[in-house]
Amino acid sequence: MNAPLPRAWDSLRQSRGKRLERAASLGLHGKNGKEIPADRIIDLLEAVIERGDRVCLEGNNQKQADFLAESLADCDPARINHLQMVQSVLALPSHVDLFERGLASRLDFSFSGPQGARLAKLVQQQRIEIGAIHTYLELFGRYFLDLTPNVALIAAQAADAQGNLYLGPNTEDTPAIVEATAFKGGIVIAQVNERLDQLPRVDVPADWVDFTVLAPKPNYIEPLFTRDPAQITEVQVLMAMMAIKGIYAEYGVTRLNHGIGFDTAAIELLLPTYAAELGLKGKICTHWALNPHPTLIPAIESGFVESVHCFGSEVGMDPYIAARSDVFFTGADGSMRSNRAFCQTAGLYACDMFIGSTLQMDLAGNSSTATLGRITGFGGAPNMGSDPHGRRHASPAWLKAGREAYGPQATRGRKLVVQMVETFREHMAPVFVEELDAWQLQHSMGAELPPIMIHGDDVSHIVTEEGIANLLLCRTPEEREQAIRGVAGFTPVGMARDKAMVENLRDRGIVRRPEDLGINPRQASRGLLAARSVKDLVRWSGGLYAPPSRFRNW
Amino acid sequence: MEKLEFKFPSQALLAAAPPALCGVVGSGNLEILVRSGVDRQICEISVNTSARGFGETWRAVLATFAASQAVGGTSIAINDMGATPAVVSLRLAQALADYRGGAQ
Amino acid sequence: MSLSIRHSWFEATARQRLAGLLDPGSFCEFLPPAVAQPSPHLAQLELPGAFDDGVVVGAGQLGGRLVLVAAQEGQFMGGAVGEIHGAKIVGLLRRAVAEKPAALLFLIDSGGVRLHEANAGLIAISEIMRAVLAARAAGVPVIALVGGSCGAFGGMGIVAKLCSAVVMSEEGRLALSGPEVIETVAGVEEFDAKDRALVWRVTGGKHRYLMDDCAALVDDDIAAFRNGASALLAGWQERPNTLASLRAEQVRLQGRLATYAGCRDGLEVWAALGVAEPARVPLLDCDELIALKEGLPT
Repeated sequence: MNAPLPRAWDSLRQSRGKRLERAASLGLHGKNGKEIPADRIIDLLEAVIERGDRVCLEGNNQKQADFLAESLADCDPARINHLQMVQSVLALPSHVDLFERGLASRLDFSFSGPQGARLAKLVQQQRIEIGAIHTYLELFGRYFLDLTPNVALIAAQAADAQGNLYLGPNTEDTPAIVEATAFKGGIVIAQVNERLDQLPRVDVPADWVDFTVLAPKPNYIEPLFTRDPAQITEVQVLMAMMAIKGIYAEYGVTRLNHGIGFDTAAIELLLPTYAAELGLKGKICTHWALNPHPTLIPAIESGFVESVHCFGSEVGMDPYIAARSDVFFTGADGSMRSNRAFCQTAGLYACDMFIGSTLQMDLAGNSSTATLGRITGFGGAPNMGSDPHGRRHASPAWLKAGREAYGPQATRGRKLVVQMVETFREHMAPVFVEELDAWQLQHSMGAELPPIMIHGDDVSHIVTEEGIANLLLCRTPEEREQAIRGVAGFTPVGMARDKAMVENLRDRGIVRRPEDLGINPRQASRGLLAARSVKDLVRWSGGLYAPPSRFRNW
Repeated sequence: MEKLEFKFPSQALLAAAPPALCGVVGSGNLEILVRSGVDRQICEISVNTSARGFGETWRAVLATFAASQAVGGTSIAINDMGATPAVVSLRLAQALADYRGGAQ
Repeated sequence: MSLSIRHSWFEATARQRLAGLLDPGSFCEFLPPAVAQPSPHLAQLELPGAFDDGVVVGAGQLGGRLVLVAAQEGQFMGGAVGEIHGAKIVGLLRRAVAEKPAALLFLIDSGGVRLHEANAGLIAISEIMRAVLAARAAGVPVIALVGGSCGAFGGMGIVAKLCSAVVMSEEGRLALSGPEVIETVAGVEEFDAKDRALVWRVTGGKHRYLMDDCAALVDDDIAAFRNGASALLAGWQERPNTLASLRAEQVRLQGRLATYAGCRDGLEVWAALGVAEPARVPLLDCDELIALKEGLPT
């Protein structure tokens, strides 16, 4: 038998060394705080990035390494090409420019938001190869398995003279990205908003960072989670009342995650008023995995909320968060530390309920926010909105839901996964449909799977203005279908219901109308909202919340 | 714009009252004017709506209203700027309550 | 917390504002929806009209005194003035000349002319201007209340300034060209209409109060508007314009233009007025701002 061929077992380290030498030969040493002048960033990127590299560009839900993204897009495609991009969110035009300009060819990501239409076009033109669309946790997981970055381009608030980084309240994805890159022979380049002699705290130690560059402008942060209470409708108030009385109260939901829409913002604003009147303070909504929604301020100030762990921060909320350190996770310096990976884990395993909205739902309860001509991805909703079979600890809400689903002898509980939708969206587009657009999208994109956000078998309840359908209690696919039709209002799907069967489901408490819950729709007034304007939220916060200019009318 | 006219049989509303107006013709909203009508067993409804092609949806929403409430003997006029059925149903309930309140 | 008992003027409909503004049960509507006609122009354009054409007119009492009222509905076509809408207001103003009520309260919430009705709307606005001046000349104070989502812009901005006095909330806005119009004509560098805080710093109630463009600043609360209007009317002596008063006003405005012509933002104007910390003005509540103005050099 021949001896095995000799091989190098440190090729990653050697490659890293060569890249750093190339940079050093250009005078880019990364000494003195690993500092690189902003006007030499393209030289640096072209020196350390190689053809075909896997590059993680920090595009979070909110915080964006925008200067590094634009700089990478301005690199010479003759020198850097066939990059395999891995990133949570495709948010900026420069993220798509990479593909249009021939620098990058493959993409693994989680969410694309505003760039969804451009992305779809690139796919149809076969100018981009999509590896897969993930949830955040899946993508982070793959950073540590088969999608480990060669180079990570990240965003931090500040660097000190050694190159330690302070991430600020928008920590978000940075820890997961840096950990995967720095400990597998990769190179970490950070854009920073400022250089400080003394950081408020060290979020990333200097020896995990190779280069820092002072960005010409502070990194962009999108205020994604600010919902103006002025835009909440009476119908949303009605649905929020039904959710609180018919689900939160009945299951005693204390640990939860909310989606980001106006439907759930309405619930947050009814906690200090309607829920308090029902005597639910201290009994529901005490522990949250949630971004710092401004609409949660009245509930926090009213003493409803004990703890909130955040995926990221929200523009204007930082002073309020710092002043409420009993509630939020903050460092010794006072500012918040968020962390998407840990918060998603909390949402998946430690929450008893997820409640959110969707654009379409079919008769099996599958839901999707994908529409034709747009690839939007998933973000965290599929993890939040799924029943984790690996959960082993019990809670009253989890057990009650489990017994409804599996019977009194159930050996496991069940997460509550609630979809809350008005039966029609704007322009009379029905939410309930026979077939999701996701299927057509799958065909037009040549994808292996339709982009289903939340699978029907994970959904426990559907709340519409017509009522609540409890899918846990359905025993056959026919019952599920009629329960969904039974709350689908005047959509074609709703009008095609079997009326007798829906009435039977109502007798069994599977379909419940507002009147079955003791709610008169005419009580659903905006007057019930604890805040009816952004200014009210500022007042509740004692002036600590400083909303972005676009949300002000003063 | 589309003009729709409906007549539904409905249980007679006991007392006639002064006209009642509810809602505003704003985006996604509508106004509803309830007046006393001619036939005590019929609810007449006329709709002006900015959204074309939803006649059957209107018929279903209004028929459900007329079947579930005693609104015989009323004449209802609606100006609509793209309200969803949820909003229409809510406003109808509010308008009827206002009209009944005026009868007391 | 008192937030829950606040009845926002900004958020209320025209009818809700009137219900809270006037003595309970005193309002009597002229041309109520059941007898009114929606706009024939909108019908021609295949657009649904409103029974009251977006304005409610009538009589009522404020603190026991007879007043006539007109309330524009900002949610219907931006409160814009069409032919019927304008005719209802003009008719009310002429009635004021004949009946001499204690005041005519004009609840303005409008972007100006209803473009769909073109000349009919333009003529309506000019008739309203003339009728406002005629009512004032007859000794009837015309008080503009501005705190709705559409503010008072375009022709209705001019009408507001022709009134005897203006009562505003911080949320109210008063100007000639709307923010979007300025941005479209002069470019986003000149004026970013999406920067809402900027929009309010140059058109909002606080700015107007500091600049003496409104007589009273009140909270965004229906009861506060009621109290503000009542306080203003107590002992009000209507003084119609004279040639001398108009000339004096022209001199004042020319001086103001010269003083503030270089300012790009309300913040700079307030600094020039002697406000020590202009950046804090948007954060002050109504009473604090009134106190601040009283302390300014005159």
